[in-house]
Amino acid sequence: MGKTISEKIIGEHAGKEVSAGDIVVANVDVTAVQDGTGPLAVQQLNKINLVQAANPKSTVLFIDHAAPSPHKDLSNAHGLLRDFAKKTGVVLSEVGEGVCHQRLVESYVKPGDILIGADSHTCTSGALGAFSTGMGSTDVAIGIALGKTWLRVPETFKINVTGQFQKGVYAKDLILYVIGQIGADGATYKALEFTGDTIKAMTMSERFTLSNMAVEAGAKTGLIEADDVTKQYLEELGRGDEFRYIQADEDAEYEKVFDIDASKLEPVISAPHTVDNVKSLNELMGTKVDQVFIGTCTNGRLDDLEIAASVLKGKQRHPDTRLIVTPASKQVYIQAMEKGYIQTLVEAGAAVMAPGCGPCVGVHQGILGDEEVCIATQNRNFKGRMGNPNSYIYLSSPATAAAAAITGKITDPREVLV
Amino acid sequence: MKEELNGNSWKFGDDISTDLIAPGRYFHLRTNLPELAKHVLEDADPEFPAKVKSGDFVVAGRNFGLGSSREHAPTIIKLAGVNAVLAKSFARIFYRNAINVGLPVLICDTDKIDEGDKLSIELSNGVIHNQTKGTEITFNPLPNVMIRILNDGGLASHIEKHGDFKLED
Ligand code: SF4
Repeated sequence: MGKTISEKIIGEHAGKEVSAGDIVVANVDVTAVQDGTGPLAVQQLNKINLVQAANPKSTVLFIDHAAPSPHKDLSNAHGLLRDFAKKTGVVLSEVGEGVCHQRLVESYVKPGDILIGADSHTCTSGALGAFSTGMGSTDVAIGIALGKTWLRVPETFKINVTGQFQKGVYAKDLILYVIGQIGADGATYKALEFTGDTIKAMTMSERFTLSNMAVEAGAKTGLIEADDVTKQYLEELGRGDEFRYIQADEDAEYEKVFDIDASKLEPVISAPHTVDNVKSLNELMGTKVDQVFIGTCTNGRLDDLEIAASVLKGKQRHPDTRLIVTPASKQVYIQAMEKGYIQTLVEAGAAVMAPGCGPCVGVHQGILGDEEVCIATQNRNFKGRMGNPNSYIYLSSPATAAAAAITGKITDPREVLV
Repeated sequence: MKEELNGNSWKFGDDISTDLIAPGRYFHLRTNLPELAKHVLEDADPEFPAKVKSGDFVVAGRNFGLGSSREHAPTIIKLAGVNAVLAKSFARIFYRNAINVGLPVLICDTDKIDEGDKLSIELSNGVIHNQTKGTEITFNPLPNVMIRILNDGGLASHIEKHGDFKLED
């Protein structure tokens, strides 16, 4: 019987044939923590006297969630990470370098790898054809020290997407639609594999948006085969030699198959307070918006900023609506400057933040006031997510978010897209 | 790990996220877990940190612990004195983290438990005695791998003891 992408990759790393349901110890290629989870990982290794890294060059500690630090306790937590990096020789990604998942796909993860990261959206790298999954601090700490982890080989749901998007519909709308269909726990313990003509035609950036949100359906990872688009992406990053093709076998076994016609999709929004609370724009049109946030590991890449800039070019943000823009990484930031997107966004009234998570996780740079509404391109809208349980978060594509920045309310992006 | 657990129930609904358990606005307390534990589940029930007693149970609906990978979430539930979390289902990362930090997580039909019910749980037999209602609820025992980790007092202790993963006989 054929194998899914998960079964292939985990099998290679466990040194034996595996199939869904097996529990194995597997080698890991890349390990990562961030500044919210890393300090606890370091403390765990200190506690059991295991201050070491099996693969220092592919172990990365990211300072991205609270970067630059807004609080002395966080500055001290950052210090723990810097010390650990000095002692073990692992890589430290400093303030300003960007969000972990974006940095991981740019520089560290390659097709066929296993990546474990102490951050739930580690599934983002699945778009490179890597088995990447989020775990807690202790699991990843042990992965850092020993270069391996234990895994249950997941069953796979195949998400087969065909057809072309209409104007104003993007990968973000697709993944929100999929999560609305599957539900927030519909894919718990499963891997998703996105495939079909629509996916094959997508850029890597769009693919990352899909894989990033796999966890919002409960999934362990969101995989996409490594094909010529992946190859070109890595070549453009000067990493062509790290490429290899990865795909599922024709006769691989899937627990469920979802067939989606992309041409039938409309722009959608996920309404408070759960990601699977997905609604059509019509139901929400006119809702007043206090803050617009464009950024994050979901939609803070170059093409996302390009879309936002094209919507906002020559326009002004609504006087009652703040606009915060955070490029996902230093590389994205530089390219967006070169292309003039940052200029356009600042002229339109955006406050542009240093690459990092920004207000996504409620630490700083855009905490909402009581009863305030934010429309954000991030991946989560849980109560309290942006720092205040008495506020409301709507999730959308960059186009829908940018449209709201102009009108001050939830707006159909097709009305402002040229 | 104690074989029998006794305590009172606190009832929560579906989709209790890690943002409700360990809110992001207390990010700076993540290196001070006893302090962070004073805010446990605060955004789901503002009174909970004040009323929870050592030995109590958190009883919830579906998909408990969805969201971020923050291991601080199960850790502060444990630090607050909670003996075990019972839910209809758990999000994957939370479930794994709970075992890693030595917090028992049991999947069972929690509709049969109301707030304030006194429970007595036999971990290895997979039985929950609802003493208030005089009823019994069964739960599926944990996978072997997880029982090993839990019995060693969590993953860090497991590795400290064996020097490596020792998940099989
Ligand atoms: S941008 Fe948001 S979702 Fe992504 S890693 Fe940062 S906090 Fe998490």
